[in-house]
Amino acid sequence: MTTVLLNIFLMLLLVSIVVMVMRTHKLFAVVVLSGAYSLICAAMFVNLDAVDVAFTEAAVGAGISTVLFLAAMAVLPGDEKQTKDSHSLTSSLTGLLVCVIAGGVLMLAAVDLPAIGDPQAPVHLHVAPRYLAESDAVLHIPNVVTTVLASYRGFDTLGETVVVFAAGLGVFVLLCGATRTARRRVAKPKLDGQEIRDEG
Amino acid sequence: MKDNVVLRVAAKILFAPIILFGLYVQFHGDFGPGGGFQAGVIVAAAFILHALVFGLEAGRRIFPLWLNLVLLTAGVLIYGAVGVASMALNGLFLDYNVLADDPAHGQHLGILIVEFGVGLTVTTVMVLLFHAFAGFVPERAQADAPDGGDAG
Repeated sequence: MTTVLLNIFLMLLLVSIVVMVMRTHKLFAVVVLSGAYSLICAAMFVNLDAVDVAFTEAAVGAGISTVLFLAAMAVLPGDEKQTKDSHSLTSSLTGLLVCVIAGGVLMLAAVDLPAIGDPQAPVHLHVAPRYLAESDAVLHIPNVVTTVLASYRGFDTLGETVVVFAAGLGVFVLLCGATRTARRRVAKPKLDGQEIRDEG
Repeated sequence: MKDNVVLRVAAKILFAPIILFGLYVQFHGDFGPGGGFQAGVIVAAAFILHALVFGLEAGRRIFPLWLNLVLLTAGVLIYGAVGVASMALNGLFLDYNVLADDPAHGQHLGILIVEFGVGLTVTTVMVLLFHAFAGFVPERAQADAPDGGDAG
């Protein structure tokens, strides 16, 4: 019962944050509110006993993302640009229609989902029992999440790491222009203070 | 924020404990919640806090760009190397059972090294992103245009 009440309370908080994000036009407030949104999501994950996911959400969503958004905001104007027809009736009605249809489809699909924690749910009948039985007894690793992430699904995690690597490198090249052609064209002081001059 | 003495002292005191907590999350992931992804972000937070309070120049001094790029690549390579090592020991790719005499010990070792690689990559990507965003100068991007370069 407490779980349900807590979930309803957190969900109401999420909705109120979303309304605040919609109503404000200050980008700083939007960034801070989205951090709060992530933190409340993390609380919901704890409520669902998904501590590892909550940990990640709190660290990445509420922590680093907020800082990165703030750093990106330093080169942006502080206010959202207002267009003339952003509050007209037709655009509001279109948005409402899309939201109602998408929400209705999702709710319709949610009816078919098994109950949370149902041991007979298909996802708990395939390979999960073996992981749960083996991880602690055979491998002596009590945290099954770690075993699944790093061992049973090690190949997926390798892919994730490569994605993080590639994404970080891509953003770095885009923002710093540290490509060979850019360096050749602009013989400017480089980021770490070294001077590269190859055109004389 | 360099002039605020409270922030400076707090950042100096917090820097080491944050990294220590990151290491705890990193290497205690077998027994409690945590692992490479979370630990990487926590360690990166320490460096970002340092750069926020003491300025980007000081942040680059303790975490230079070349080191950042080397460690970024090293993280992925460490992960892949574990897979290649298990293949060299007559196992399948990323099959940790063959890494030690006892399959359970092999799993422990493999997971530990692999998580370390993940943590290294996540830390360096986060620090790299923060440095890139904080050091981004819009004029520099415009100067990259063919006629805007002031080379020479």
